Amino acid sequence: MVNRVVVGAHYGLRDWLAQRITAVIIAAYSVILVVALMTGTPLSYAVWKDLFAQGWMRVATLLFSVSLAWHVWVGVRDILMDYIKPDGLRLALQVFVLLAIASYLGWTVQILWR
Amino acid sequence: MSNAVVKRNRPKYLNLTALLFEIRLPLPGWVSILHRASGLLLFFAMVWLLFMLDRSLASEAGFESIRRYTGLPLVKLSLIVLVWAYCHHFCAGIRFLFLDLHKGIDKETSRLTSWMVLAASLALTAFFGFKLW
Repeated sequence: MVNRVVVGAHYGLRDWLAQRITAVIIAAYSVILVVALMTGTPLSYAVWKDLFAQGWMRVATLLFSVSLAWHVWVGVRDILMDYIKPDGLRLALQVFVLLAIASYLGWTVQILWR
Repeated sequence: MSNAVVKRNRPKYLNLTALLFEIRLPLPGWVSILHRASGLLLFFAMVWLLFMLDRSLASEAGFESIRRYTGLPLVKLSLIVLVWAYCHHFCAGIRFLFLDLHKGIDKETSRLTSWMVLAASLALTAFFGFKLW
């Protein structure tokens, strides 16, 4: 007989699924961006700036960044849970990683809507 | 008696020396650990990549300075390592998505797809490296 202690419904499944869905979004954006850059006109400041000046590109990049942030959080948290055994240190590192991810997102918004 | 046998300390190999010198990690294991390592590396590199994106979009002078900066051999080499990390993470990730769907989980296929992931990510890195150089 197995006595399971259930804490928080769907907690693991949600992260597992989020990691995979965000992965698909990240992959799609990356492929589209790389193909667009390689088939378009040679890269200059004007081409680069115009690309990120378009509203759809800014929104697409924001969606990509949010997906990436979520994906990174699940992945790095898994690594910390596997290798960092002292609870206090792991918690501190997790908080640090979350703050770093939030800062990156804020910076990305600032870059996109300058 | 049998309990004593079951409870003996089993060897664990969750550290780098064991991984490199004590055990022979099977190929799918290498793809898996490199998927972790490349993901972590990309997380650490993100601040640098954002810095370059920021400068390159800020002004024409910023764009040119980043173009010169990325021409430096050490910067270029670092970027190619990151390109490899992205390509490996991408290819291995697609393999894991197929494994989630129970595609290619038998031993022969999973070894074959592991080779394919390593080869494809190196080929893609060589292609992008050549394009960027």
